[in-house]
Amino acid sequence: MQNLRYAWPKKTAKFTAENVQNGGPNTIMQAQTQVADATPEPTDTPESDPAEIAIDARRISKIYRGEDDVRALDNVSVGIRRNEFFTLLGPSGCGKTTLLRVIAGFEPPTSGQLWLNGKDISRLPPNRRPVNTVFQSYALFPHMSVANNIKFGLEMLGKPKKQIDEIVDEMLTLVQMQPMKSRRTSEISGGQQQRVALARALAPQPEVRLLDEPLAALDLMLRKEMQIELKRLQHETGITFIFVTHDQEEALTMSDRIAVMSAGKILQIGSPQEIYQRPAERFVANFIGESNFLDATLKGKTVTLKAGGSFDVDPPETVAEGEVSVLLRPEHAFITDDESALPARVETVVYSGEATSIHTRLEKTGEPVKLRLANAPTGSGMPEQGAAVRIGIQPGALSVLKD
Amino acid sequence: MTFVTPDSEASPLDLPAEAGMLEDEHARRDIRDRWLLSVPALLIIFFAAAGPLSVMLLYSFLTPGDYSGVKWIFSFDAWTSILVQRDIFDDTLQWSDAHLTIFWRSLSLSMITTALPLVFGLPTAWFISPRPPGTREFWLFLMTVPSWTNLLVRTIAVQEMIRAEGVINNVLMFTGIIDTPIQMMFTNFAIGFGMTYVYLPLMVLPIYAAVEKLDKRLLEACYDLYASRWQAFFRVILPLVKPGIIAGSILVFVPCLGAYVVPRVLGGGKNLMFGNLIELQFGGGRNWPLGASLSFTLMVIVLIALIFYIRVTSQERKDG
Repeated sequence: MQNLRYAWPKKTAKFTAENVQNGGPNTIMQAQTQVADATPEPTDTPESDPAEIAIDARRISKIYRGEDDVRALDNVSVGIRRNEFFTLLGPSGCGKTTLLRVIAGFEPPTSGQLWLNGKDISRLPPNRRPVNTVFQSYALFPHMSVANNIKFGLEMLGKPKKQIDEIVDEMLTLVQMQPMKSRRTSEISGGQQQRVALARALAPQPEVRLLDEPLAALDLMLRKEMQIELKRLQHETGITFIFVTHDQEEALTMSDRIAVMSAGKILQIGSPQEIYQRPAERFVANFIGESNFLDATLKGKTVTLKAGGSFDVDPPETVAEGEVSVLLRPEHAFITDDESALPARVETVVYSGEATSIHTRLEKTGEPVKLRLANAPTGSGMPEQGAAVRIGIQPGALSVLKD
Repeated sequence: MTFVTPDSEASPLDLPAEAGMLEDEHARRDIRDRWLLSVPALLIIFFAAAGPLSVMLLYSFLTPGDYSGVKWIFSFDAWTSILVQRDIFDDTLQWSDAHLTIFWRSLSLSMITTALPLVFGLPTAWFISPRPPGTREFWLFLMTVPSWTNLLVRTIAVQEMIRAEGVINNVLMFTGIIDTPIQMMFTNFAIGFGMTYVYLPLMVLPIYAAVEKLDKRLLEACYDLYASRWQAFFRVILPLVKPGIIAGSILVFVPCLGAYVVPRVLGGGKNLMFGNLIELQFGGGRNWPLGASLSFTLMVIVLIALIFYIRVTSQERKDG
């Protein structure tokens, strides 16, 4: 707590709204992240340089005792890097919020260790951890003004008054709440409350900041705005963000890396591109984006679809040759006149603004295949219901799943 | 950029002449219905409160009757004799400290019996509030059970505990801690003890309601922002449950100030409180006008306390 840094470690990376949406300038550098195994091998050393790791969770389990024991976290190990925007993504009840609460110190883990910057913080109470949380409901103090909310953590740390005022001022400017500083938190809008909650958790200069679905209560427009804002704040302050969400689009938009969780386990950790384009298993593929699963046979680096056609793939090492499932994203399939493409019959055509979804069934195997085609300005050229079509697959589009 | 044409802009005003009449009629009927519905309440308030109070106010300006009641002779004596006394021999006016002593006893005992339930009540409410719903209702039920019993019965039960041959003294003597009974009956302690017991639920329930409303995540936010338990208590919990504390304090303080049964049973004839003093004037004292003026004095004190409370709380809402 004493060694909180007070100088902003500002990043020099070029930062625009455009590359925020592409996952930020960091993403490309971090794309070499290795794909985690479904049951991560318990290691006491994280996968990369320990100096790079901020939060190091080691084999953490959380079991809620009761008539039926609930395993909220099942032997979770994860290394979260410094200055990283790390997202825990999964459906409700997957353990993502529990993991966040374990890191914050609100829930003691049943077993396992938690290290922060090389120190074991497993036993520290929440008020002694240099970690701040943005709560889902914001949990702003309703009897205090905006400025006093932001001030609270600094006062508790016993900072000198002059320094507190400086930081509060800086925070108010950072979240653009300067004109509202003496308002009560009940007198400001949801988006403004959200910004105050961000500032309050940022003011004490934590080493790690935890965000528990902070955008869930906002409407769509505001949420999109705040996504960019959050990404900007993370970059400007250089603090590690651990972000919890069930919204896959949000995760893809903002994260440097994503951990997909299900039933208390981390299924896969990787950059948004890896998670989307090379999901390790069916659950991940299904949870993020739309998916077609096709039966195939794997031999070497080639899959042969049951429906016909051979394609080059880059299968994970853990997958054995033989019968496999492959993933085809709807936007990676197209309609073609090529005689060698897969014959299919159109079942439904759904127009959705920027694209049209075409649900087809393969003639040979009866497997359903969904296509997503961008709409032309003229709005024509889409096949009609019942039409016989041929489906082509873009090179490199197929990925082999583990299950 | 606007797409509103001049025509469509004017349209909201182009209403037929009879427009709005339905709305007006509806509003009138609504108001009339509300008045009709409030008639029973108004009648009760008039006959049970305003009427008797006016009679009392009138009596306080009359002369006491020979045996009881009033003589229809106008006099300020009932009001002046609250604070001063006319010497029987030389007719000079002197401060009468008897009433002031009783008033002071009432005030101090009421403050103590407000403070004690507060000290005991806050942790109790804090304890009950996070229980699972079933257990919570059970605890609240236990809290309120005593107040379903007659006040006199409860007070006499307290008497059984603290009198010379009562439970407490017997236990202490049996265990050899003391060898002569401690005199607890007919003391200020007895009154305070009894009133604390009687009024505790009135303090716990409003505080419980406030604690219940308190978002427990605010506490997590406190600890997350490096607050210690004490800091969390004074900076967040206390300010947020304050409305409950103030409501509970009023609910306890006001009836304590005019308490009658408890001081009568536990305080005996010696330790009068304000309520007993008033009762005395209508009974043995045979001075109805003084009783009336004392009643009004009590009412004014309570009103001042309430106004002070409203001031303080609304001030806070403004200050932020």
